[in-house]
Amino acid sequence: MIPPAFEYTRPGSVDEAVRALADAGEEAKVLAGGQSLLPLLRLRLAFPELVVDVGRIPELRGVREDGDTLVIGAMTTHHDVVHDPLVRRHAGLLAQATATVADPAVRHRGTLGGSLAHADPAGDLPAVALALDAALVVAGPGGRRTVPAREFFVDYLQSALAPDELLLEVRIPKRAGWGFHYEKFHAVAQSWAIVAVAALVRRDDGHIAEARVALTNMGPTPLRATAAEEALTGADGPGAVARAAEAAAEGTRPSQDLSASPEYREHLARVLTRRAVLTATGTG
Amino acid sequence: MTHITVKVDGTTYEDDVEPRLLLVHYLRDRLGLTGTPIGCDTSNCGACTVELDGASAKSCSVLAVQADGCEVTTVQGLAKDGEWTRLQRAFHERHALQCGYCTPGMLMAARDLLRENPHPGAEEVRHALEGNLCRCTGYQNIVHAVLAAAGQQVAEEATA
Repeated sequence: MIPPAFEYTRPGSVDEAVRALADAGEEAKVLAGGQSLLPLLRLRLAFPELVVDVGRIPELRGVREDGDTLVIGAMTTHHDVVHDPLVRRHAGLLAQATATVADPAVRHRGTLGGSLAHADPAGDLPAVALALDAALVVAGPGGRRTVPAREFFVDYLQSALAPDELLLEVRIPKRAGWGFHYEKFHAVAQSWAIVAVAALVRRDDGHIAEARVALTNMGPTPLRATAAEEALTGADGPGAVARAAEAAAEGTRPSQDLSASPEYREHLARVLTRRAVLTATGTG
Repeated sequence: MTHITVKVDGTTYEDDVEPRLLLVHYLRDRLGLTGTPIGCDTSNCGACTVELDGASAKSCSVLAVQADGCEVTTVQGLAKDGEWTRLQRAFHERHALQCGYCTPGMLMAARDLLRENPHPGAEEVRHALEGNLCRCTGYQNIVHAVLAAAGQQVAEEATA
C-alpha cells in the first residue's frame, strides 16, 4: 500500500515547525514517530497536503525535572520513556503502561507526544496522562499555552490542538508514595486494549485515602471513573475495593466493535478496576 | 522530490525520492535489497523489520525521507565475508523456520533483544518477538534458536 502524495518539510526548530503549520492551514499533518500516521496514510484514511516532520528538533526530546514536576519532551520515544530512570522513579505508571504499547520496534519509533496528540481512546497513554493529571504544553503562532489532560482529549481522534499548534512537552506532577498499576485486557500481545484501567492509589493507615482511576477505550475519549474513585475513598480491604469497582462503568459510553459489545466493556471496566486498584495498593 | 543520503548495509546511497516513498519500498525497489520482505503492510507482522540507527524498526512504517542521514542494516548486512552471525547460525542449526518469510524480521528483532539483554529467558524472548508474526506458527524453534545464540540452556523437552 502506497500513501497518497504529499509535500514534506523537516523543520529544525519549534518556531519553524509552527510557521510551516500556520502557512499550510488545515491541510498539514505533524509527523512525530509515524507509528499511527503512516498506517493511516497507507490505508488512505488521511490526505494531508503537507507533512511536517518534527523528528529532528532536539528540544522536543528528553526527560528533565522542574521542581515537583517531571517534564517529558513530546518526541521522546516510548522506548526511552520505558527506560528513563526519572520516569521510572516519579511516574512509574507511565513507564509501566508504555511498556505495553504495541511491540519493541514500534516503541523505538513511536513517541509520547505523538500518541497523545493522536487522541485514540484505545491508545494506552491518553488514559495514563489523565490519571497522572498531566499538563500539555503546546506552541502556536500566538505563543505557548498549557492544556490540562482533562481538557486535551476532545473527541474520537480529536485533541484540543489547533491545526497550527504543536505539542512540545508533557508535564507530570511527581507523586511520591502513591501505588500504581495499569491493567490492560487485549486479545493479542501487540494489539490495542479492548479495555484498560490506569489506577493510582494513596494509602493512609490501612485504607485508601485517595484514588485516581482512568479508563482506556470506554468512550470516544479517555475517561476518569469518578464514581469509582469516590467509592474507593476510605476502602479498607479487598471486599470494599470490589464493591467500589462496581461503579467503574458509570457515565461511560463504550463502543461496539468486533472485539466486544458495550455491555462486555462495562463488565471489563469493573473487573479491571478491581484488579488495578488491588495491585496498586499492594494487595492484589 | 527530496534528496536523501542513507547508508545501507555499509554502502552510502544518494537518491531523490518522493516523500511518500516507504523505506521498505526504497530498499526493495530502488536498491534491489529484496531480503527484507513485505508481509502485512499494516505494521502488524514485523517481516520488514530492519535496524535504523541501531534500533529495530518496521520499514513499512518509516518514510525513506525519515531515514535521511541514518544508517540502515537489513538482514543482508548481517553476514560478514560470507560468515553468518552466531544468531543466523543458531536459526540454521535449530531449524527456526518453516517457510522462511518471517525469518529476516525475526533475526532483526532477536538481534535487538540480544543487544539490550544478552542473556534473556524464554519468556523474555517471546515478549521481544511479540511484534513479529510467523504465519507457520513455528515459534518454538525460533525461541530455542534465540536462546541458543545467547548461550542459554534450551529446554529440549518442550519441543516434544
